[in-house]
Amino acid sequence: MSAALIAQVALGGLLMGLVYAVVAAGLTLIFGLMDVVNFAHGALLMVAMYATLLIHRATGLDPLLQLPLVALLLFIAGVAIYRGLIARTLAVRVNAGMVQIFVTFGLSIFLVGAAEFLFGSDFQSINNTLLGGRTFALNGIILPLPLVVSGIVALLVFLALALLSRTEFGRALEATREDHEAVALIGIDRDRVFGIGWGIGTASVGIAGVMLANFYYIAPDVGTNFALIAYITVALGGFGSMFGALVAGLIIGLTEALTALFIDPALKQIGIFVIYLAVLMVRPRGLFGRL
Amino acid sequence: MADERLLLEARHLSAHYRGLAALHGVDLAIAPGEIVAVVGANGAGKSTLLRAIAGQVATAGEILFDGKPIARLAPHRISRLGVALVPEGRRLFPRLAVEDNLRLGAYARRGPERFRPLDLVFALFPRLRERLRQRAETLSGGEQQMLAIGRALMTAPRLLMLDEPSQGIMPRLVDDIFAAIARIRASGVTILIVEQRLVETLAIADRAYVMQTGRIVLAGAAAEIAGNAEVRRAYLGM
Repeated sequence: MSAALIAQVALGGLLMGLVYAVVAAGLTLIFGLMDVVNFAHGALLMVAMYATLLIHRATGLDPLLQLPLVALLLFIAGVAIYRGLIARTLAVRVNAGMVQIFVTFGLSIFLVGAAEFLFGSDFQSINNTLLGGRTFALNGIILPLPLVVSGIVALLVFLALALLSRTEFGRALEATREDHEAVALIGIDRDRVFGIGWGIGTASVGIAGVMLANFYYIAPDVGTNFALIAYITVALGGFGSMFGALVAGLIIGLTEALTALFIDPALKQIGIFVIYLAVLMVRPRGLFGRL
Repeated sequence: MADERLLLEARHLSAHYRGLAALHGVDLAIAPGEIVAVVGANGAGKSTLLRAIAGQVATAGEILFDGKPIARLAPHRISRLGVALVPEGRRLFPRLAVEDNLRLGAYARRGPERFRPLDLVFALFPRLRERLRQRAETLSGGEQQMLAIGRALMTAPRLLMLDEPSQGIMPRLVDDIFAAIARIRASGVTILIVEQRLVETLAIADRAYVMQTGRIVLAGAAAEIAGNAEVRRAYLGM
């Protein structure tokens, strides 16, 4: 086994890890903001991938160029989910946490079922894209271009989220996360902040969906595995921590790739769970958690 | 009929808080520029009264601010009209910097004048200017109270409601807080204050209401209430 091969696999794992991190970023943003775990997160990734597929079929627009459009669509979907479903659960007085779990879980089942009904359960993929089939080569290390660009886009998403946190709205988001009742005392509309928070969290997973649609199969249950990895990423990085999601995503992507290389591709997720369990035993609040 | 000379008027205000009747038909009136104190024993419903005016407690009855009904409005709408509450426990944003806490006070306002109350805040509490970059949670109790009042002032309120501003503060800072309250009134802000420290409170207040088990049992000039030994013994335990 050559050093170049190991480096290539490791880099590929880190790039995939950046995509995992973006999926986790949306999840951790919403959780940090209002303590709601969105169990429809994976289904929303799937929705973004099908949206990319359908827009590509209808207009021929390349997935990469669809990024702003699908991100906007998912932003609107996120706001609508908050207004239509989540906001109503906040008024629940008994077992509100359970109600929120059932609502988002139910939404997930609905979205996956609707996708199966509309598109069947066959795997689909988008061919003839700008990035498809191309590679990026550097010092004997060869990486698929869609994966490289996905990693770059993921970093840009994190950069955008970091810049957002410095804006006035970002401060209001942070304040709402710290005390969502006290913000009303200074005239901040909590519902508006929560709604936009859902929009941003959902747009993040939408961006991940568009990038995955460049090189990954598309099927109704494609989000399930990504969501599982996202929950682990969030727990590993620390609930509510954006930086934690980034670091944990990279760790998970790297671990997955190296486990596949050194042990067995079929067991690639074993490594993730081993690291996850080890971290939970040593540091239950995750690497950068504040809980 | 709304009395146009009043800034705030509560009529027959009743509220239930955590299943208990906390306010029973409270009537209250505040004219612009006044400092009005609400005093009474623990559990008399003083905090609930402030929370009800701020829209945080569901109420029956009427609340008029500047002649307009506000009892059914969401708390953030009431804040935007110019009613600020500095709540018990202060409710700062602990991990945000002092400066962010202050600036967020002006978040809902627009225009070039929005940060102007900062001048007043720094004039009242010079310590805050020295601690702008610190997280709110690192401040002392007294400084946190200053920040809570400062944040409320950043909303450019016409009515500032203070719930136990002297609580958890070192004795030597208490005088500073009361001096600041008098200066805030001098800047044109009307004040409604709930306090345990009767002597200091009645000294700066124009009028006072005495509450007992959710009812107003006495109202009058602050000096009279402070001077009436029978009232103090019967209602205020002093």
